[in-house]
Amino acid sequence: MKIVVLVKQVPDTYGERTLDPATGWIDRAGSDAVIDEIDERALEVALSYKDSHKGTEVVVLSMGSKAVTVGLRKGLAMGADSAVHVLDAALEGADVGWTAAAIAAALTSTGFDLVIAGNESTDGGGGVVPAMVAERLGLAHMTFLESVDISADQVAGERTTGQGTLRVHASLPAVISITENLPEARFPNFRGIMSAKKKPFRVASLGDLGIDPAVAFAGVGRSVVLQATKRPARTAGTKIVDEGNAGVKLADFLVAGHLI
Amino acid sequence: MSNILALIEVSSNGDLRDSTSSLLAAAARIGSPVAVVVTRPGAGSALVERLGNLGAAQVVLAESDQAGTLLVTPQVDALAAAVSTLAPGAILTVNSVEGRDVAARLGVRIGAGLVIDAVNLRSEGLTIVATHSVFGGAYTVESTVQGRPLIVTVREGAIEGPADAAVPVVTTVSLTSDARNSAVIDEVIDLVVTSTRPGLRGATRVVSGGRGLGSPEKFALVDQLADALGAAVGASRAAVDAGFVGQTCQVGQTGVTVSPQLYVALGISGAIQHRAGMQTAKTIVAINKDADAPIFDIADFGIVGDVFTVVPQLIAAIESRGKK
Repeated sequence: MKIVVLVKQVPDTYGERTLDPATGWIDRAGSDAVIDEIDERALEVALSYKDSHKGTEVVVLSMGSKAVTVGLRKGLAMGADSAVHVLDAALEGADVGWTAAAIAAALTSTGFDLVIAGNESTDGGGGVVPAMVAERLGLAHMTFLESVDISADQVAGERTTGQGTLRVHASLPAVISITENLPEARFPNFRGIMSAKKKPFRVASLGDLGIDPAVAFAGVGRSVVLQATKRPARTAGTKIVDEGNAGVKLADFLVAGHLI
Repeated sequence: MSNILALIEVSSNGDLRDSTSSLLAAAARIGSPVAVVVTRPGAGSALVERLGNLGAAQVVLAESDQAGTLLVTPQVDALAAAVSTLAPGAILTVNSVEGRDVAARLGVRIGAGLVIDAVNLRSEGLTIVATHSVFGGAYTVESTVQGRPLIVTVREGAIEGPADAAVPVVTTVSLTSDARNSAVIDEVIDLVVTSTRPGLRGATRVVSGGRGLGSPEKFALVDQLADALGAAVGASRAAVDAGFVGQTCQVGQTGVTVSPQLYVALGISGAIQHRAGMQTAKTIVAINKDADAPIFDIADFGIVGDVFTVVPQLIAAIESRGKK
């Protein structure tokens, strides 16, 4: 079984995240970059399957700037067998459609039985790339899985939408995404960190993947940002210390605001 | 006016989902709304009149034996077929799990650009412009797509309906999807709805509880205040992780984003990830023992105190006002 885990580098949600007002793109230099936590959980799903199924190969794959190297190295240190980094200046400012095209091409070149991604990133939060990749590859997808059961020829799980929970399955090869209901990722240990340095790490340009951007992206609708405006920060209002009547005072505040 | 396709979500018992009114209202802002509904054969006609009342000028009933057994594939196929016959200016889906799946696959299939999680839509000549609220409302972003049509997923409840009622023109098509490239639905385990409280998404009032509530039993205080205010119940990730309440209640970065008129935070410290899910609320009220909790930095009314004394007093005050 060959499992490819898609990882994305995002600005750390513990810090302030900013947009470049000129392009509307995320200002990746303006905040610490980390692997999205949900993608670490996706990797954990693959690694725990590998723990109990010898002969499983786990690949971490990312598209992004040079800085992504750090995140992919962490994936290798956690236990992935190899890494693929899609790096090309033509992908700067890529929307979800371009991203999915590049990732699908990279997946074709690596080969796979199962692709696992996080359900949605903490920056863009679109949650659409896994299903777009599946459509490009002509495969089944199951997104937002809260449980995952991998067997030799199929993958099953449950997913909850706003209205109910579905039990679903798909034959392999398939593309899935998982929610934070799945377990937290393991920490890389010292041995993992040392051995990561010797593992295969492939950097691929669009040309390496057989994509000519002028051809592949021609006529494909692309979303573009017209304008990005920072909202004024919220400011603190009234703050009182309860002296036995704060509940009544709060009721008065809500009445004054026509909220009750 | 160009046709705007709106994929209507139907619940497993065949009813229109609550998102319908808002989605058709969004379509009406930029063109002539065409409701596309996928049902089992014969089940769609009962929905036509209500779709008209909610603003659908046309209804496409796509009937498929595979509705409810193939995961989103019939919906993608129905929209792809409607795109080729109706040449729409835009295709809208709800920004739900299902709606995003459909938008994603359709975008690739028809080569259309995707605009995700719009909170508003408008036309500027031939261009359709979407507004987004990014990083938990810290930024307002306007975007569009180069080329037509565009596909937009619309945030649930962001655009208020209903649009003007119409008597829709109905087309029925029958549909068979290729099952080979689709996941299969084995079973629908419906959520057991035990309360009459409003749902969290799109709620106008939300009462949320955090780790400060202490236990699942004591979390009942959040329910009590929510019921006194007619509000939905939310929670911080800390409360969800501690098992006080289910994950569907989680407000924040990795949960639900809400923009209610009133947001009441009980025993929530206000970590940046929580604030990302609620800081666009019109009025924020916070009660917390810790005077230094960051939630107070964004609260319009903050009380440093014990939720277990302040909240019962507040509920009593609300109830006595109701009796006057």
